[in-house]
Amino acid sequence: MRYLPKSQSDREAMLSDIGVKSVDHLFAAIPEEYRLAGDLKIPRSYAESEIVEFFRDRAAENGQGYATFLGAGAYSHYRPVVIDALVSRGEFFTAYTPYQPEIAQGTLQSIFEFQSMICELTGMDVANASMYDGSTGAAEGLMMAVRVTGRHKSVIATSVHPEYREVITTYARHQGMPLATVAHDKNGRVDLEALDKAVDSETAGVLIQSPNFFGTIEDVAAIADIVHKKGALLVVSIAEAVSLGIVKPPAEADIVSLEAQSFGVPLGFGGPYCGVMATRDKFVRQMPGRLVGETADRNGKRGFVLTLSTREQHIRREKATSNICTNQALVALMCNIFMTIYGREGLKELAQQNLAKAHYAAEQFKKSGAKLMFDGAPFFNEFVIQTKDDPHNINDRLLEQKIIGGFPLKKFYPELGNASLWCCTETTTRASIDAAAKEVAR
Amino acid sequence: MNSKIKKATTHISQNEGLIFEKSSPGKKAYKLPSLDVPAVDVDQILGKAAREDLGQMPEVSEIEIIRHFTRLSTWNYAVDHGMYPLGSCTMKYNARVNETVARLGGLAEAHPYQPERISQGALRIIKMLSDQLIEITGMDAITLQPAAGAHGELTGILLVRAYLESQGNPRKKILVPDSAHGTNPATAAMCGYAVENLKSNAAGMVDMASLEAQVNEDVAALMLTNPNTLGVFEQEIHKIADVLHAKGALLYMDGANMNALVGKVRPGDFGADVMHLNLHKTFSTPHGGGGPGSGPVACKKILEPFLPTPVVITKPDGTLGFDYDRPQSIGRVRMFYGNFGMFVRALAYIMANGPEGLRQTTEDAVLNANYIRKHLQGFYELPYDTPTMHEVVFSDRIQTRKGIKTGDIAKRLIDYGFHPYTVSFPLVVPGALMIEPTESESKEELDQFIDAMKQIAREAEESPEIIADAPYHTRVTRLDETAAARKPVLRWKPQGELVAK
Repeated sequence: MRYLPKSQSDREAMLSDIGVKSVDHLFAAIPEEYRLAGDLKIPRSYAESEIVEFFRDRAAENGQGYATFLGAGAYSHYRPVVIDALVSRGEFFTAYTPYQPEIAQGTLQSIFEFQSMICELTGMDVANASMYDGSTGAAEGLMMAVRVTGRHKSVIATSVHPEYREVITTYARHQGMPLATVAHDKNGRVDLEALDKAVDSETAGVLIQSPNFFGTIEDVAAIADIVHKKGALLVVSIAEAVSLGIVKPPAEADIVSLEAQSFGVPLGFGGPYCGVMATRDKFVRQMPGRLVGETADRNGKRGFVLTLSTREQHIRREKATSNICTNQALVALMCNIFMTIYGREGLKELAQQNLAKAHYAAEQFKKSGAKLMFDGAPFFNEFVIQTKDDPHNINDRLLEQKIIGGFPLKKFYPELGNASLWCCTETTTRASIDAAAKEVAR
Repeated sequence: MNSKIKKATTHISQNEGLIFEKSSPGKKAYKLPSLDVPAVDVDQILGKAAREDLGQMPEVSEIEIIRHFTRLSTWNYAVDHGMYPLGSCTMKYNARVNETVARLGGLAEAHPYQPERISQGALRIIKMLSDQLIEITGMDAITLQPAAGAHGELTGILLVRAYLESQGNPRKKILVPDSAHGTNPATAAMCGYAVENLKSNAAGMVDMASLEAQVNEDVAALMLTNPNTLGVFEQEIHKIADVLHAKGALLYMDGANMNALVGKVRPGDFGADVMHLNLHKTFSTPHGGGGPGSGPVACKKILEPFLPTPVVITKPDGTLGFDYDRPQSIGRVRMFYGNFGMFVRALAYIMANGPEGLRQTTEDAVLNANYIRKHLQGFYELPYDTPTMHEVVFSDRIQTRKGIKTGDIAKRLIDYGFHPYTVSFPLVVPGALMIEPTESESKEELDQFIDAMKQIAREAEESPEIIADAPYHTRVTRLDETAAARKPVLRWKPQGELVAK
């Protein structure tokens, strides 16, 4: 086997040193009745060239070269080549969690930069090293609100990504965390009156998403007022990180749960992505996940270490803030490099292009006769249209032109009928928008 | 530099500040394509939701970014440099072909909501990996959705809970041995269970008398790592399963140490009801400096109805698709389908190995650990002389006589060119040195490691002060972790702002 660095004579010499005749002796502790007599029933060993060919065939079965209008929690942005050039360095991707800081300063400093940029973009004081993704991060955000407030109930907006809500339901079920929902209004945003009624003195946290699942931007300040008046915490989930280039950060929030996939992470059929949680200084000891802090060595030289680990499972066990251990470090590095590449001006310019494309598309679709829904509120790069035809039929026709249409909402919101959610990014061409506009009209 | 240090020597590494310290207005590393639609007025569209500016986000050029991250990378130790014997972490070789195939356009650019008819390749990868992991574990069903090992534990214990609830009583407690990973008790707590510790016996295994005394109708499951964190195979595993099953409790197996078993024995055959795998340990997907991982959960038939949605199925027309109609499911544990990119890499690893390769891999991993044990025994105390599987745990008892602790020995090992072993874990061994070489080490590398460890043992006897101040040859010396925690600085701020505060 080409990954194994031993000859048969090496193995024999080692066995003889150990003082056993064959390797089977080393497995004597396993009761014989359970030891496998034959081979595992899996395919025979493949050559590297065969492996590449096999996956090329799978990639081809997947369909390639389609233009896409899908967003809904996973966004198609251009990935600068520098990202893969750098994360492909073995020093980064074959290293472990930086528990030995003297020989892990590369990972540690890059995480410190990541935390700093996430704070800068979200308006929070402190950000962690990453969470699995936006959905589990949102669940952990609400669990954190429970710890901070000592209350138990949570309220979740129906305009939060439906799959996030499913994940939260799974997480909350056995933790004594009752969940309530608050509906959206005619503009697709949180219904403020309903919110005021839903939040009470037992509410620990309220979760909203902005831009929300329909693409519209929530009035975070107004929501925060209602939530804070009742002594609850506001958790804001952001699924489209590029929006932060031009949309005001949710500075009124207490906890921000970001899905940073848009920052240079491949769509990859849904993962790995990069959740990250940010909050106020005063709540940091209730935050889950790893944190990197600055310190100095014995000579006073700046260095970085994992810190505040008394929150974590390897120290606190069943009393930890979360069971999370492995996070998404290498994906966070991708995001870090992406944020560095675009930086202060580029993120703004990138977000402006997204805004322009989505608004051009919405105009063209309207001109074709589709109805733009929730148009009383601003949107970033996603919007909802209502069509005469079932969006699945529209999408079938578009697929023949190598275009993947918008996301039909019926599955999650049956009451919305023929509504579908469309996303445009900097990669969406005017030609594909014009082609799609023709089909939504029919 | 000490002439006894054979594996490594010092060399110049570049200094590099924080990226913010290189920033100056007007520098750029990006160029967007020209906009092919009319530009829009941001303030008019967004109104009061428009952002004013992006604060202190950096402005740098492309060459500076390349140098910045390249310089940072050279400050890391990695598997690509050499032996990385962290116990229970399985730091094995990460094959490059895995990275190549995971980045193929049709896979890396696939949207999770794209139609199933143009996702058949991705679905087939999920199906194939699922089938092969079921065969490797001897289980009946699997979900690939969990994002990491601890997430898999959460999923597995939720399956246990859902099953027991369907039987009329979810029960109250999870038993966790004192040698367990911290994630086990933390997971049990998240699933609404009380945690009860279970003692190890003198051989480092589950104490059967304690188990029999503690298992009753309140116990939902035992979470057991096998081989356990001492690298010891639980020889009475079938009796453990029987004791649990007799009282209606289940056996959860933490698969962190599956690298000792693949191709030799299957947990499903020895009585485990549900287990997670760490694709980033056993199946060679890279650790990436802390993630991403992937923690599939395999289970027996009785737990299958409760698996997270969606499940990949073969449809009547022979194509693959997702099944969301699972009324007894515990629900989702993650959006979409899991860390798909890791599935691609793990499948590529299994294909490269085949059945013989996987078995040889396990044998070599166990051979390496036993070789280290044989050569270091006597130099370091072996608290349990029970047979070793893929990792060996020593203690610092001999060295503490001179005031040298496991953490000091670990730091000194850095000077010898190795990454330290796992320090002070498992908790059942005071001053533990937990060494897992994996199969990826040659005899030559192992001999160098053994030499280094023996040399350090000698230093501890003759000149312990050398060890107490190690490492000497790193960019930074020991860092002040107490200060970092007492006055946390968790983000960069411009100098002026710090002074102002």
